[in-house]
Amino acid sequence: MEAILFYILAALIIIFAVASVTSRKILRAVIYLLFVLISIAGLYFLINYNLLAAIQLTVYAGGVIVLFIFSVLLVHHVELELEKTPLKRKIIAGILSLLGLGITLWSIFTYTFKTATTTYSSIEVRDIGLKLLSYGDGGYILPFEVISVLLVAVMIGAIIVAKGEKLKEN
Amino acid sequence: MIAGINIYEILTLTSILFFIGLYGFFTRENLITVLLSIELILNASALNFVLINTYLYPDLLQGAIFTIFIIALAAAETALAIAIIINLYKLIYSVEVKDTETMKY
Repeated sequence: MEAILFYILAALIIIFAVASVTSRKILRAVIYLLFVLISIAGLYFLINYNLLAAIQLTVYAGGVIVLFIFSVLLVHHVELELEKTPLKRKIIAGILSLLGLGITLWSIFTYTFKTATTTYSSIEVRDIGLKLLSYGDGGYILPFEVISVLLVAVMIGAIIVAKGEKLKEN
Repeated sequence: MIAGINIYEILTLTSILFFIGLYGFFTRENLITVLLSIELILNASALNFVLINTYLYPDLLQGAIFTIFIIALAAAETALAIAIIINLYKLIYSVEVKDTETMKY
């Protein structure tokens, strides 16, 4: 049952990812990306990482996609179609991507992973919170603080950049 | 761990997702769609962290914590990039890559 669910989610992820990078209507590309993100949240649910699935759904589906749609509506007409990419560039990019995929898959399949045999239960939110705030060995208090400062800096920076100066006539 | 799925199938899935994002990054000509491709790439790597953590070290938490950091970074990067794109549109009325010759004004 879980295997069938995994295959369905994997197929959804790949189909919508391809649709998202090839669609010529920009708003549709954003919505296809939303489907990809929701399917990835489904994968997180499937391996019992409930906190990560919730974060994925709220931050991506709730925040990032709304930002994308907002900016698309701000700078484009909804019906506008993107320019066609030249066929030559498509072929070169496809060959490069397939080459990279081949090399990656080859190196993955020639390596034997030592899969853990211990039983696995779902991760408690409490454990993640304690680990993030612990300052002992293997604690993550410093990166946590750095990421907080980064988020504040990005917020201020985004406000200043998007507000901008008064436009000069050019 | 997902019953009946081994780690190779999962790594295949994330690699395919990563290189689809890379293909989009190479071929797209619009700044917003380039950002969409970057989101795909970041999501593939986050998924990789979580799944490798689940399969190889199920009693550790590193993968989950790094994924939280990746998601925070992705959100920050998107917010800043969209601010820059909107500012650019106010300046040159276009968000195509080929029109973006100067970023300083």
